[in-house]
Amino acid sequence: MSAAPPLPRWADLFLLPVLNLLAAFFVCGLIVLAIGENPITALGVMLKGAFIFPGSLGYTLYYTTNFIFTGLAVAVAFHAMMFNIGGEGQAYVGGLGAGLVSLWLAQSMPSLIVLPLAVFGAALFGAAWGIVPGYLQAKRGSHIVITTIMFNFIAASLMVWLLAGPLIEPGQMSPQTPKFAAAGQLPSMQSMLGAVGIESANSPLNLSFLIALAALFGFWVLIWRTRLGYQIRTVGQNPEAARYAGINVPRVVIITLAISGALAGLMATNEILGVQHRVVLNFTAGYGFTGIAVALMGRNHPIGIFLASLLFGALYQGGAELDFEFQSITREMVLLIQGMIILFSGALAYMFNPPVARLLARLAARREAANV
Amino acid sequence: MSDFALQLLLTFDATLRLAAPLILCAMAGIFSERSGIIDISLEGKMLSAAFTAAAVAHLAGSPWLGVAAAIAVSVALGLVHGFACITHRGNQVVSGLAINILASGLTVTIGIALFRQGGQTPPLASDDRFRPITWWLVDGINQIPLIGTIYRELISGHNALVYVALAAVPLSAWLLYKTRFGLRLRAVGEVPEAVDSAGVSVYWLRYRAVIIAGMLCGLAGAYLSTGQGAGFVREMSAGKGYIALAAVIFGKWRPAQAFAACLMFGFLEAAAARLQGIHIPLIGEAPVQLMLALPYIMTVLLLAGFIGRANPPAAIGEPYVK
Amino acid sequence: MAGAAGEQHGSVEPPPAIELRGVSKAFGLVQANKNIDLVVQPGTIHGIIGENGAGKSTLMNILYGLHRADSGEMYINGALAPIHSSADAIACGIGMVHQHFMLVPNFSVLENVMLGSEGGMLLAEGREETLGTLKKFADEYGMTVDAEVLVGDLPVGLQQRVEIIKALKGGAKILILDEPTGVLTPQEAVSLFKILGTLKQDGVTILLITHKLEEIMATTDTVSIMRQGEMVGHRATAETNPEELAELMVGRKVLLQVDRGTSDPGEVNLSVSGLGCVSPHGSSLISDISFDVRVGEIVGVAGIAGNGQSELMEALAGMRPPSTGTINILGQTITADGQSDPQIMRAAGLAHIPEDRHKFGLVLGFEARENAILGYHYSRRSGDGRLIDGAAVTAHCRELMSAHDVRPANPQLTARNFSGGNQQKLVIARELDANPQVLIVGQPTRGVDIGAIEFIHKELIALRDQGAAILLISVELEEVLGLADRIMVMNNRQQVGIITRAEADEQTLGLMMAGITPDKGT
Repeated sequence: MSAAPPLPRWADLFLLPVLNLLAAFFVCGLIVLAIGENPITALGVMLKGAFIFPGSLGYTLYYTTNFIFTGLAVAVAFHAMMFNIGGEGQAYVGGLGAGLVSLWLAQSMPSLIVLPLAVFGAALFGAAWGIVPGYLQAKRGSHIVITTIMFNFIAASLMVWLLAGPLIEPGQMSPQTPKFAAAGQLPSMQSMLGAVGIESANSPLNLSFLIALAALFGFWVLIWRTRLGYQIRTVGQNPEAARYAGINVPRVVIITLAISGALAGLMATNEILGVQHRVVLNFTAGYGFTGIAVALMGRNHPIGIFLASLLFGALYQGGAELDFEFQSITREMVLLIQGMIILFSGALAYMFNPPVARLLARLAARREAANV
Repeated sequence: MSDFALQLLLTFDATLRLAAPLILCAMAGIFSERSGIIDISLEGKMLSAAFTAAAVAHLAGSPWLGVAAAIAVSVALGLVHGFACITHRGNQVVSGLAINILASGLTVTIGIALFRQGGQTPPLASDDRFRPITWWLVDGINQIPLIGTIYRELISGHNALVYVALAAVPLSAWLLYKTRFGLRLRAVGEVPEAVDSAGVSVYWLRYRAVIIAGMLCGLAGAYLSTGQGAGFVREMSAGKGYIALAAVIFGKWRPAQAFAACLMFGFLEAAAARLQGIHIPLIGEAPVQLMLALPYIMTVLLLAGFIGRANPPAAIGEPYVK
Repeated sequence: MAGAAGEQHGSVEPPPAIELRGVSKAFGLVQANKNIDLVVQPGTIHGIIGENGAGKSTLMNILYGLHRADSGEMYINGALAPIHSSADAIACGIGMVHQHFMLVPNFSVLENVMLGSEGGMLLAEGREETLGTLKKFADEYGMTVDAEVLVGDLPVGLQQRVEIIKALKGGAKILILDEPTGVLTPQEAVSLFKILGTLKQDGVTILLITHKLEEIMATTDTVSIMRQGEMVGHRATAETNPEELAELMVGRKVLLQVDRGTSDPGEVNLSVSGLGCVSPHGSSLISDISFDVRVGEIVGVAGIAGNGQSELMEALAGMRPPSTGTINILGQTITADGQSDPQIMRAAGLAHIPEDRHKFGLVLGFEARENAILGYHYSRRSGDGRLIDGAAVTAHCRELMSAHDVRPANPQLTARNFSGGNQQKLVIARELDANPQVLIVGQPTRGVDIGAIEFIHKELIALRDQGAAILLISVELEEVLGLADRIMVMNNRQQVGIITRAEADEQTLGLMMAGITPDKGT
């Protein structure tokens, strides 16, 4: 253990994440090069596709919305040192909650009643799917990682059965529910902006983006301003100290997982209530896993999570553009980038720590020497 | 022989074919996890190996070269896992997840670059894949009722990798329990300090464990694309790596028990496939999705101590800091 | 001194078994070992004594290759030995019995002993030989252990026996024992020292690391004393005495001259009767403990570490539910079947300074101000509203820091970045701020520098004089003698007796700590 000098705070908060991100992009660039394409051109295409083309910003923010929810879900659990890898399943089941409310009430009730209930339904069902692994971890000692992985698969089976069976649209073959009535659909951003006289391009962006922004703020208040958040962080950083302080550790773990599941479940408001307007198969499309990358990159802080969500939103939207511009690189490139980011920002997060610390210490020493 | 018995026999036969990759991956998981390294990247290693095996078999025209390349790629991913978790003490779950996602992206990206078929490899010619091996005397023994049928359907007629998977179980058990390497490997997953204090390198032991896990996943992947299937299809591992992980836990990190769990999970899958859409008296339509989810449900129940107890290796997930 | 090992010309004396020259080791900013010199003659028992945190274990881990020294040289039997790993140490004939045993609990004794020297690729090859080794140790040293039993099922004394066999199995001639008696019963300790004596006669050189003076005096031939990472003296045991060693260890003439004043005990604030706790596995952790602590007195709890003191503290603090008996705090009674919770205890007027500030008392990654509300996060300290009031928390922490001399007085500094003494003062400040009627305090000065020790002792006396009932648990006998008005002694998870300070001296307490009840005319 060679003792590297401690890293300054700014370097820890900004320099290292940026270095890790650059390393991930660099390796991806090498792979693009190996395939025989120009990585710089590809990056340009992605940026244009994410921000410049008409309507592209709306699409980017629509993806961003998903990642804010799933990223927050992972982050809140991380604050309690719990690794919730089950965001995918919790979001999926959350979609069921939102869908059931809309299917049941949207015919007969106004949207002002249906939509809040549907959003609540998404959170509730997601929470339920998170609370069980939380309970098993806290009370029965099951490893949360394994249990949440298993719950992802159980959710998948459950949803296939429901969508192909009891909930299937009558007379149809594809496994999905009937479309919700208008009262069960979240208004699109285009229509909302139109209502106040602003013209905008058509995109799937909808009201849930604002819910996501509110969730970011709520997350900050929860973690750093409430007594519950204080307890969550204490349990995460030192469970023995939490016990000493009289904090009910199992209870906090269960509540944390419930909150985490609820946040993941809210992702369904974007996909199900905002865009699909029916529950469809596999609408989570891996967004739950991307949430892990978002939380890792965003350092479990709302600002970081917003920036990381925006980055992944841009990657997903820009990645779609690759299909049109290139023969040999496609949107799967985005999975590659995502994997690299998880590897470098997560598993290898501290690889650059010692060399950077040493370099900074040397620079500081030289500056001091020059000043004397 | 009655129709039901024949159906059952065919289901057992399918069980073996479906269980083979699970068995190989479960043995891989046992080596990795007994050394203290959580391995959720069984899935990604297997997927990458499946692609590599099919691509190389197609390009080089030899399934054996395909297997060799698959093992090499899978071991390389294992070494990435080791580099992150052993050398840099990174989070093992995060690292495994990264490898799984990388594998999803890489196989399709490279597949499209190489073959332009939407991420698939071209279908493999018969000579480029592992063919069923017909055992000697099949025709002779076939005359004997029952035993002949069992011999023909169940024991003979699988490809070489199925037999490799079956051999991997006693081999793994022997390695773990009867050799010096196995003793040290089991110790390093429980109390790595004890191994270090005995003058044995913790890091090198764990690296060897992830290398062995990589080799076994490589075989499993090759089986998917050049044995069971004839070519690579995107996402063809389809969660089998996670089922294998469930089998590792269900088998309490022991080869023989994990093998039994793989057979059970394989049987559930085989039976579900046969019962699809069939009405069973008293039950109604066969609960296929429930049968497919049963491995996961049972693993959750086991981990929670509702059906027995599974105690993981004591030092699992903990990076070793000297 | 320099070159001594190489210049044994003409002499028939063998070279020293161990010689260290100028060994230094730093962990981050902490200098654990500073320029250590050490010479140990072959076939002797050499003690290394020092307080907790003096750097003894670090030095031994360097000698055994578990840590690498930043600088300095090591000679084994006169030859330069570059020991970089435990494999190197083993090759040099060094074996070590660690403070925390290096045993795999779910392996058999045989498997544990084989680990690292299996005798071939296959376990079958070395099995007979290892069984032979076990038999040899049983025959020659009386160290009998069943080869097939799981180590986890053995009592601690036998586990240690397995450790010793492991250390010596390869013919090691140098044996390091790191605090070997910390976990042993007195009987087990006696049998350990008997074994060590036999080993010494066989020519084994033994390095005994301990912080217990009586062990040094009873068993060693020579002794080296460490203090704050430095070697401060070498003595022949026969030519020294406990007072001199203690003085060298602590670094000043008189240990603890606390101006205790006179106590004027009033009514009973804390009353414990028939208290017992069992572990989740059902074994008894403490049993049948009864005592009172009155207003204005300090009751000390003395005993060898691990005799139930920690469990007693946890039970009183509400962290461990009692299985029998009652705890009465200011009229509020906690019974075995009732609710037990740290929040209830705090509400009843109890404050708790835990014996391990890193494990319990602080969240090292939190800022000082966040630590200042730990356990009081529902009190007014964290603000009046539904949300935590950051400004109020900061202001409150700043007040605490100036009142209790916590330096640097920066509420936003992360707890990890304070020195040990200031971390402890922060914990004490937080607990005393609640104006407790009852205070339980464990190892208040462990790993704390001298200046802070005096400050902390004064604070405890002041609190007593303000009318609090204080229970002080400490393994440092001097501390108990210096502060307590009455002393309860624990042994084997039970109380041996309670005596007044006037009746107590080191000898009486030593006997009681060994489990011998003083015959008093009561």
